Amino acid sequence: MLVIKDLYAKVEGKDILKGINLTVNAGEVHAIMGPNGSGKSTLANVLAGNTNFEVTHGSITFNGKDIFEMSPDVRAKEGLFLSFQYPVEIPGVSMVNFLKTAVNEHRKYRNEKELSAGDFLKLMREKKAMVQIDSQLTNRSVNEGFSGGEKKKNEIFQMAMLEPTLAILDETDSGLDIDALRIVSNGVNLLKNKNNATILVTHYQRLLDYIVPDFVHVLYEGRIVKSAGKELAFELEEKGYDWIKKELGE
Amino acid sequence: MTEVLEKITAVRRISELYAANLAGITTGLPGWINQARKPAYQAFQRMGIPGFRTENYKYTDLTRLFDNENFRRSFTPDDFEVDLSEVFNCDVPEFDTHLILVVNGWYDDASNNKTTYPEGVIVKSLRKAMIENADLVEKYYGKLANPQEDPLIAMNTLFAQDGVFIYIPDNLHLEKPLQLINILRSEDDLYVTQRNLIIAGKNSQAKIMFCDHTLMPQQFINNNLTEFEMGEDAVIDIYSIQNQHNKTASLSGLYIHQERGSQLVTNAITLHGGIIRNNLKVLLDGEHASANICGLALSDKNQHVDNYTNIEHIKPNCHSNQLYKNILDDSSTGGFTGRIHVLPHATKTAAYQRNNNVLLTNAAKMNTKPQLVIDNDDVKCSHGATVGRINDEALFYLQARGINEKEARLMLMFAFAHEVLAEVKIEKLRDVIDKLVNKRLRGEVSKCHSCALDCIR
Repeated sequence: MLVIKDLYAKVEGKDILKGINLTVNAGEVHAIMGPNGSGKSTLANVLAGNTNFEVTHGSITFNGKDIFEMSPDVRAKEGLFLSFQYPVEIPGVSMVNFLKTAVNEHRKYRNEKELSAGDFLKLMREKKAMVQIDSQLTNRSVNEGFSGGEKKKNEIFQMAMLEPTLAILDETDSGLDIDALRIVSNGVNLLKNKNNATILVTHYQRLLDYIVPDFVHVLYEGRIVKSAGKELAFELEEKGYDWIKKELGE
Repeated sequence: MTEVLEKITAVRRISELYAANLAGITTGLPGWINQARKPAYQAFQRMGIPGFRTENYKYTDLTRLFDNENFRRSFTPDDFEVDLSEVFNCDVPEFDTHLILVVNGWYDDASNNKTTYPEGVIVKSLRKAMIENADLVEKYYGKLANPQEDPLIAMNTLFAQDGVFIYIPDNLHLEKPLQLINILRSEDDLYVTQRNLIIAGKNSQAKIMFCDHTLMPQQFINNNLTEFEMGEDAVIDIYSIQNQHNKTASLSGLYIHQERGSQLVTNAITLHGGIIRNNLKVLLDGEHASANICGLALSDKNQHVDNYTNIEHIKPNCHSNQLYKNILDDSSTGGFTGRIHVLPHATKTAAYQRNNNVLLTNAAKMNTKPQLVIDNDDVKCSHGATVGRINDEALFYLQARGINEKEARLMLMFAFAHEVLAEVKIEKLRDVIDKLVNKRLRGEVSKCHSCALDCIR
């Protein structure tokens, strides 16, 4: 589904990613862990098409298509979803209008008929129940005045509405209390199936108690330095990242 | 040096025009109106045409406009041989208004004789009111708009012949909004002077819309001045929709006097127009009076929109709130000056002001200037001004959800504008304006859906 080859990228002139290789297949859950500044969020943003991040080398294909040929909205409509680490507040844009536009843009892209107002509201009710988001939140402007937890839940709600094939969750667990973490994880697990894939970008093993990964990758100084099964996460939790650094001979 | 010479030339030309047409201008009008022209004439000689050296006009230099015009003046009503009430049909669904048509500054009797108003309400030509309602007009005419204070007032007073007179008696609540439609229509380039006087009695309520239209592609300059007297506890909403083509210069003044307990809302929506200067002065001259003042301007190409507000807190316990927003595209320019003057005895004043602007290009330019003069210690005042761009983070967020860049930009611009539109209290009018603004932002012709007037080009 997703194939990243020898990816280099920089932010504000500084090299961050230095040769990433990663393949994600349908039905898989990948966790990308690593210390601060290792390039985790950069990778997530490059995938989503944030132009603040400049790709200098390498290739990414998504369902066989060159991702660099696609604008961010086309990537989204192709089935890629980024759950933002810091969802931005957009005063004046109502949640309903925002989601209706987004859902219908997806449908138009697939040559499907746009949803009627009634059908849209029905869909929204269903998905709200599924991810247990407070129904009041959808009466407000996008993320405006939402608490940290509400913002993250709102990301998962949007994911439920858009049903992506590849979801990249950028530190979705940060700033969540245990209850919110459980709700968010439940949402992700419910949306998981054999046709889609998930990339979890996280600092902590905690999230992986709820969403069990098939693969764990350690990102360090812009490269994936270790990949293994879910047991790697426990090892990291126990020994910290210094252990990896030592292994690398630093 | 040349500039000074040209300035003298425009003033001289206009003065000579005045002298040559004095008989026509003054004929049929009472002596006291014509007396008012004398100090206006002197004030005009003294101040001349406002340019960027005039502090209050530093963002809108009118010298070039006046140097280059030699437009026809409409000293007598033009005869169009059509009933404009037939041509014009603003049938916004279920939006029922009392329609008042003004053509080239003249109250059009033929088009306006079909409307009936609740008993006691007077809507008529100002020149007629000067004679038939001399006591009212003489009492209020020229009392709020002082020619010594502003060159556009001076010019308006100098040439004033007609406009609309509206009187709403005490305790009358007008249900239907009054919709005053100013139409510019001429075969040749035209300079229009329009003078309105509106008196809202004690505890009266009314909503008044000003819709400015151009019907023909000629160049126009419109000097439109309204004096508005609000009695105790009067509740008045004034909405203005400026939608004239880009060869029009709209120079308008709205001068409002508020008595105790009166509540004012003004909202100026500027969609199209070449040079637009809106002067607004509000005198809060009775305790517990409030003024909620808003404006939204969308400009592109070489449009220029300048809002100048002057809020005077004269009596204690009054409240004023200003919210102005501009979205500027292409090489359009904008200005906002918000003056708040709290007088020594106006304790417990609350006066707020905010001006937010979005520039869509590098060539667009916005000047914004808060001007707070506070002469006592017991006040709450605040002001804020921002000039920025579309928020890139928000734009990316919308795009990351599958919304293309163009649509995402529109959503953000509309969201920015909506804060001002939300202040429109007539729900149906708000819907109409919402749609107009949406169309305008999309670059579509933003005439009202069912309006027969083809305003744009």
